[in-house]
Amino acid sequence: MSFRKFAYGAAASLLLTTAAHAQIEINWWHAMTGGNNDVIVKLANEFNESQKEYKVVPSYKGSYPDTMNAGIAAFRAGNAPHIMQVFEVGTATMMAATGAVKPVHVLMKEAGEKFDPNAYLAAITGYYSTAKGEMLSFPFNSSSMVMWLNNDALTKAGLDPAKPPKTWPEVFEAAKKLKASGKDSCGFSTAWVTWAHIEQFSAWHNVPIGSESNGLGGFNTVLSFNSPLHVQHLENLVNLQKDKTFDYSGRTNTGEGRFTSGECAIFLTSSGFFGNVKNNAKFNWSNAPMPYYPDAKGAPQNSIIGGASLWVMGGKKPDEYKGVAKFFSFLSDTDRQVAIHKASGYLPITKAAYAKTKESGYYKDAPYLETPLLELTNKEPTANSRGLRFGNMVQLRDLWSEEIEAALGGKKSAKQALDDAVSRGNAMLRQFERTVSR
Amino acid sequence: MQKRAVFHHRFLPFALLAPQIAVTAIFFYWPAFQAVWQSFLLQDAFGLSTDFVWFENYIYLFSDPTYYETIWTTLVFSSLVAIISLSSGLLLASMADKPLRAAGLYRTMLIWPYAVAPAVAGVLWLFMLHPSLGMVARGLKGLGISWNPLLDGTDAMTMVVLAAAWKQISYNFLFFLAGLAAIPRSVIEAAAIDGARSTRRFWTIVFPLLTPTAFFLLVVNIVYAFFDTFGVIDAMTQGGPAQATQTLVYRVYADGRLGGDLGGSAAQSVILMMIVIALTSIQFRYIERKVNY
Repeated sequence: MSFRKFAYGAAASLLLTTAAHAQIEINWWHAMTGGNNDVIVKLANEFNESQKEYKVVPSYKGSYPDTMNAGIAAFRAGNAPHIMQVFEVGTATMMAATGAVKPVHVLMKEAGEKFDPNAYLAAITGYYSTAKGEMLSFPFNSSSMVMWLNNDALTKAGLDPAKPPKTWPEVFEAAKKLKASGKDSCGFSTAWVTWAHIEQFSAWHNVPIGSESNGLGGFNTVLSFNSPLHVQHLENLVNLQKDKTFDYSGRTNTGEGRFTSGECAIFLTSSGFFGNVKNNAKFNWSNAPMPYYPDAKGAPQNSIIGGASLWVMGGKKPDEYKGVAKFFSFLSDTDRQVAIHKASGYLPITKAAYAKTKESGYYKDAPYLETPLLELTNKEPTANSRGLRFGNMVQLRDLWSEEIEAALGGKKSAKQALDDAVSRGNAMLRQFERTVSR
Repeated sequence: MQKRAVFHHRFLPFALLAPQIAVTAIFFYWPAFQAVWQSFLLQDAFGLSTDFVWFENYIYLFSDPTYYETIWTTLVFSSLVAIISLSSGLLLASMADKPLRAAGLYRTMLIWPYAVAPAVAGVLWLFMLHPSLGMVARGLKGLGISWNPLLDGTDAMTMVVLAAAWKQISYNFLFFLAGLAAIPRSVIEAAAIDGARSTRRFWTIVFPLLTPTAFFLLVVNIVYAFFDTFGVIDAMTQGGPAQATQTLVYRVYADGRLGGDLGGSAAQSVILMMIVIALTSIQFRYIERKVNY
């Protein structure tokens, strides 16, 4: 009898102790795999060890679209996470959801955390801010598109790796030489087909993707990427696809393995591909800025960022928001940014971190880490190159990919494909505009 | 003697049926009604603003030429999958029905693909047929045959049809085997004594007696091709290239989950439901007459 009393007493006191030490849990949903997943887990552990009040719990939810949709579905069900990693093209959808998201500048002010938007690199924060410069989401992993080069293959083809091709015509020439030297299944290729050939292409050549500063100025934006320059570029790709001087590798980055396996010696994809290349490429490699057409006025301008940012979801308690704000301050710490940058290849988000890495001479040994930064800061951004913000971007990218695939497959002319991409995209944008303007 | 259940208490039958009805109501009728309701709405992704727009989502769908292409793609895909998997299943079943050594082994080997999940089946075939990674693809390249499912719609369709049909062959095989076992040997032997060759025996005696099984499998295969092949398509081609392998069910997913257009996606869901109901009714009304029970 007395043992039972003792047992009940022990159980009750255990329950009481757990209730008293309630750490505030902060759920962080993300889409990072492989080496980048390790970076996230390490950051969460470091934060949790550095203080006892809050506990950041990261959960991998799938690819970027999967994570975003999981978050939206969770919000509709009433249990959204605190922090959600949303890729850059989901920005318009997230921005339009007033009430569902808590803007970062509001969060930091309410939590009393020191926050200076000017400490962050303008090319990055401009994308995630309102027209007035108020930051809506917290930039986390930003990248840009670079051209990865297999230096061994270039040498074999009689090209000089120290002088990588700068313009598109030079890339086409190099690809033809690579094909002649044995890479006959692929001269050059790209991942993220719409990012490469519509979005980054337009910014890099200082031509608009759509009106209203590519949508940054308003949801009434109208697409316009069926200009003669775009049509000419797509026609070039269509012609080169015929003998695989250019070989299409799919809509997203599932074809990136063709670079690390050595099949495609020139490959345009995210600078965040760095971790994969470092671990898996068994040849000498480097990267270079994206190529451009020399007869386009103003090219090269500057590139737009890719990657993702962290959005804070609405409807949470103030003390939970304090934890989120503390975590964001933790992430902005200069040394931490430098470490993340060096480990993952993603860009440092603060000016101080960029400067520190540069001063330490790190870029002399690892120039490939600086390429995306040089692209982003190449020139002062114009209305065409500050970024883009289109609603339903996932669907837009899908239908733009479909049209490009139709052109590459010979089903339509390049001009027809781009015209259709623009008209179908505009219909979708008008639909999106209807749902948000009320 | 006819077996009939007799219930002494009035409420017992209802109580026994209640769990099944509850499951059907919650997991089938409720989502169906919600889909119908949602198809009349125009919402933003987060559900923060809702607009009742009557049949606008449907009108938008039917004025989109790509929707008709999707319907055509679905019809082509389903017919190919059904024909290939039914005929292969039947062929294999009639061969496995013979008294062979290790017949049990053959049957097991032919049945296990059914246990493979659609997405896994898709990835398996992708490893064979992907233009860069695939072993079969490399073989084709060596033979000089052009194979690029990333850009060629026909190649992509071939790939998904093969993977989807492969999975269903074992299911059909199993049922056909059971159906063949139910045919009395005496009928076949009588025909053999009368001098009928095996192919003639098959088409005039065996196959007509298999029609109940064949009819059942036809319905199941069509429903499978319409709905359960989503995993195969998503793993292999994601509806591409240029919508060449986008079936109706994949489009529901693409527009709804990926695109955030829940109203349009719900409208497509409702239309898909009506198409399959119509197909199944037609099958039951017309083809069942030809079935010999």
